[in-house]
Amino acid sequence: MALRSLITTRTLTRGAKSVGFGLRGLQTFTLPDLEYDYGALEPAISGEIMQLHHQKHHQTYITNYNKALEQLDQAITKGDASTTVKLQGAIKFNGGGHVNHSIFWKNLTPANEGGGDPPHGSLGWAIDTHFGSFEALIQKMNAEGAAVQGSGWVWLGLEKEFKKLVVETTANQDPLVTKGASLVPLLGIDVWEHAYYLQYKNVRPDYLKNIWKVVNWKYAGEVYAKECP
Amino acid sequence: MVAAAANPVWLTFPCQGLGGRTPGLQFHRGNKQMVQTRCTRKARPATISAKFELKPPPYPLNALEPHMSRDTLEYHWGKHHRTYVENLNNQIAGTELDGMSLEDVILVSYNRGDILPPFNNAAQAWNHGFFWESMKPGGGGKPSGDLLELIERDFGSFEIFLSEFKSAASTQFGSGWAWLCYKANRLDVENAVNPLPSDDDKKLVVVKSPNAVNPLVWDYSPLLTIDVWEHAYYLDFQNRRPDYISVFMDKLVSWEAVSYRLEIAKARATEREVEEERRKREEEEEQESDGEGVQMYLDSDADESETE
Ligand SMILES: [Fe+2]
Ligand SMILES: [Fe+2]
Repeated sequence: MALRSLITTRTLTRGAKSVGFGLRGLQTFTLPDLEYDYGALEPAISGEIMQLHHQKHHQTYITNYNKALEQLDQAITKGDASTTVKLQGAIKFNGGGHVNHSIFWKNLTPANEGGGDPPHGSLGWAIDTHFGSFEALIQKMNAEGAAVQGSGWVWLGLEKEFKKLVVETTANQDPLVTKGASLVPLLGIDVWEHAYYLQYKNVRPDYLKNIWKVVNWKYAGEVYAKECP
Repeated sequence: MVAAAANPVWLTFPCQGLGGRTPGLQFHRGNKQMVQTRCTRKARPATISAKFELKPPPYPLNALEPHMSRDTLEYHWGKHHRTYVENLNNQIAGTELDGMSLEDVILVSYNRGDILPPFNNAAQAWNHGFFWESMKPGGGGKPSGDLLELIERDFGSFEIFLSEFKSAASTQFGSGWAWLCYKANRLDVENAVNPLPSDDDKKLVVVKSPNAVNPLVWDYSPLLTIDVWEHAYYLDFQNRRPDYISVFMDKLVSWEAVSYRLEIAKARATEREVEEERRKREEEEEQESDGEGVQMYLDSDADESETE
């Protein structure tokens, strides 16, 4: 029995190492800076919300993601398959939280720096082609975002194989890629209550209505142009 | 059949209409006994088109201060809970669910996990009512009597229970609920028969559930719940969910309510055991007197939806 478990451990450890895991060089993540002040998105999103959202919520995802990665690294090194599997939930949730919020901050910009200016260029054309009009896209995202049960996100994504724009929602901190491997997020809107509660309370649709005033379409357009040159 | 005849609601029971083209029908057959038992006891006559009412918490909205603010209750009860109830009433008005008890709407619309539209509002309407009654001004501390004994038996100690409950509440990813439940072990659900059922089979368990889901759908008896949607604590605690959970356990839990629910849950489990015994005896007798009895029963129950 002891011998058998020793062999199993060894085999798994060797297997893991051969695909490049191991103790060396575990990368940890740190909170990215915002390119604008916390209060700069007012009145659409209050400075208090932005500060808590960035310093507390996003930071907690990062802290717990790093923790989970460290535990994963140890589990893999030890060949502990059951712990490796058990950690997937925390990695998806906290890693997803980090990925999603990192995109979200770039999706926003103060109104006096171009926030809310409709997309120009190829993304603007693509939106008209796929949704009929820019207003129709906003209406669709507002409706789908308002209908998310509990916590989650509403996305404008690019299906890069067929160069198609799609609106998708994801639950909790699932990143857009969980809805399809070839989906690239152009714009993600956080519809967790922490994203709007201090200001909008139970009225999520009002938050969704106002956030468009600070959406950074320039960023979304750049991502689109890079994927569809 | 005895159960159907004694239960006129069942004859006009709308579930088949809903379930006919969905897995809902299987839900009904598979859990026939369960649903019928519930209907017999709780469903109102289908002729009364009742609206669910928003019941206020059993204390003034400022009575939980400083642990839970009036502001929080004004939004949480006055807006969130109200919206769930109003949306539910609008959603089911004039449909086949109209007139059922809230618990039945939950069970039918849960549809074995393939949820139908009214589920979220129905379950949230129920969950919040249950949550308000899980608290009281000057609550917290330690339970006593039967409840404490069972907690010690099933968790080892009250402190271990506390840490399990807190951990369930703080690790629920996203929105949801944590629960203490009384789980009547019914091994005969899937053809397996518990050879020696005893009181030890009936355990207290801690579970968590996402979004609107509650333990009624697993046929557990909920005893205590904490809402861990962010709206439950954001005005008072912002991102600090663990602080909210600790304050809830230390200052707000109504152990009287939990004890009372435990007594009801135990009585219900016993009642159902007796009922199940009786049903089994009757089925056996019937099989002896008429080999096709069971078959007939299923046919007559399902014929409306299987004529397509
Ligand atoms: Fe967020
Ligand atoms: Fe709630």
